[in-house]
Amino acid sequence: MFNRLFRLSSYSAATLVLVILAAIFGVLYYYARDAIHDFGFWHFITTSTWEVGEDDEGGVFGGLIPILGTLFSTGIAMLFAVPIAMGIAVFLTEISPEKLKAPVGIAIELLAAIPSIIYGMWGLFYFGPILQKLFGGQSNSLLTAGLVLGIMVIPFMAAISRDAINTTPSVLKESAYAMGATRFEVVKDVIFPYAKRGIIGSMILSLGRALGETMAVAFVIGGVFRFPHSLTQPTISIPVLLANNFAEAGDLELSAMFYMALILFGISFITITIAKFFFLKDQK
Amino acid sequence: MNLAMDTKEFYFTYAGAEAPTLKGIDMPIYANKVTALIGPSGCGKSTLLRSWNRIHDVYPGNKYEGEILLYHENGNEENILDYSKEDELIRLRQRVGMIFQKPTPFPMSIYDNIAYGLRLAGIKNRSELDGRVEQALKGSAIWNEVKDRLKQSAMGLSGGQQQRLCIARAVALKPQVLLFDEPTSALDPISTGAIEELVTELKEEVTVAIVTHNMQQASRVSDYTAFMYLGDLIEFDKTEKIFVNPKEKLTEEYITGRFG
Repeated sequence: MFNRLFRLSSYSAATLVLVILAAIFGVLYYYARDAIHDFGFWHFITTSTWEVGEDDEGGVFGGLIPILGTLFSTGIAMLFAVPIAMGIAVFLTEISPEKLKAPVGIAIELLAAIPSIIYGMWGLFYFGPILQKLFGGQSNSLLTAGLVLGIMVIPFMAAISRDAINTTPSVLKESAYAMGATRFEVVKDVIFPYAKRGIIGSMILSLGRALGETMAVAFVIGGVFRFPHSLTQPTISIPVLLANNFAEAGDLELSAMFYMALILFGISFITITIAKFFFLKDQK
Repeated sequence: MNLAMDTKEFYFTYAGAEAPTLKGIDMPIYANKVTALIGPSGCGKSTLLRSWNRIHDVYPGNKYEGEILLYHENGNEENILDYSKEDELIRLRQRVGMIFQKPTPFPMSIYDNIAYGLRLAGIKNRSELDGRVEQALKGSAIWNEVKDRLKQSAMGLSGGQQQRLCIARAVALKPQVLLFDEPTSALDPISTGAIEELVTELKEEVTVAIVTHNMQQASRVSDYTAFMYLGDLIEFDKTEKIFVNPKEKLTEEYITGRFG
């Protein structure tokens, strides 16, 4: 009796995930259908204007700029974060003296727990102007957004990767050392392959976080609907567009924004599926 | 009788410990013989074994005192405790290989598991690699079982096969000495038998030192046996003397199962 109840509740909890996924997709699609009907798919994602028509009626809406803004800022973030996070994780597990492991580890976890808006404020008032001095352009830019995002996900990625690396059995590492491997070779040939699943998982989670990050990016990306001709110019990303424009949007614009949300949903879904498929397929 | 290694007045202290774990060990390892280390848990037999290829150095802060001599084939000797650079330790570990309690195949193919150490040692030539891999697998009595699936993951082998693969991996480097740290403690009796047979065959080529909890195993495979207790070497002698007519009372009590 209890067994059946347990089974049933566990089943329904698992099913709930699928229901929620389907429901979110359904709602986004439902509200976006006017925009989908008016602009189509290909036309929408290749159009770079976002203009409301006369008297807040109609208008021309295209998603190219926020889509590019999202992809580029996330790309910069990952390029910046992955090597540094891996360095931190390897240092904490394999190189750091015992005394440093706990304090640095705790510091990393604290950093990972800082709300993203704080990273945004730091980027706006401190980090952006520094980047502007170094690279020119504007202080609120695609580059600033990407790097702030990167810095934001580093501790998160490093903490999860460290935990994954820590699961490598010491006897496995020792057997590589016993064959004459150097520390670097042990990391490269034994630890990374062994902990691959967890490490890639940490990257996928970070990627998901970076794609959907709103607050931190809203502070530093500039929020202007403009095509960035260089990395140091401001632009806009999908979540920032949604957060900035929801309050005063007309019917068609609202629908276009739901369309954008649907596309963001699709981008996350596709990148995560590809990442899983490519990197994790040959794992048992 | 030729010496392969010689341990003299050897003390070992783990990082952070006050008292040494090994206290003044003096014992030879004869070339092309099997030397077994026996003793109750915590007696220091694994610690001693792990000193002979300085695998302790993977972790910081451990302290060695005394001498551990490793003899070259030309009769010259070196004190391995004098090594300090990483490449000296790497060369040491290529000459003194190690097999662990549990099979530790690397997460790669069977072929690459064997070729890994060879590549680290600088062998890049494809046909030489192929030859050395085949030779090592044949020498470890596992060739027939894996020759058709060299490209498959080593994780798919049974525990006994994995352990023989690990032996093959160590043998491929043509070491002078092989250290076995309770190599059969995670295996079933049939796999254990295969490993024991392999160990006795290996001594044609290499010198073997083996830590074991199993006294029957020590008596079956070894030519010499060292009995250790609480960080001291109590007795070292030919295996039949240790098991039939030990000099020390403590050894006799352990052998006959009165403690341990």
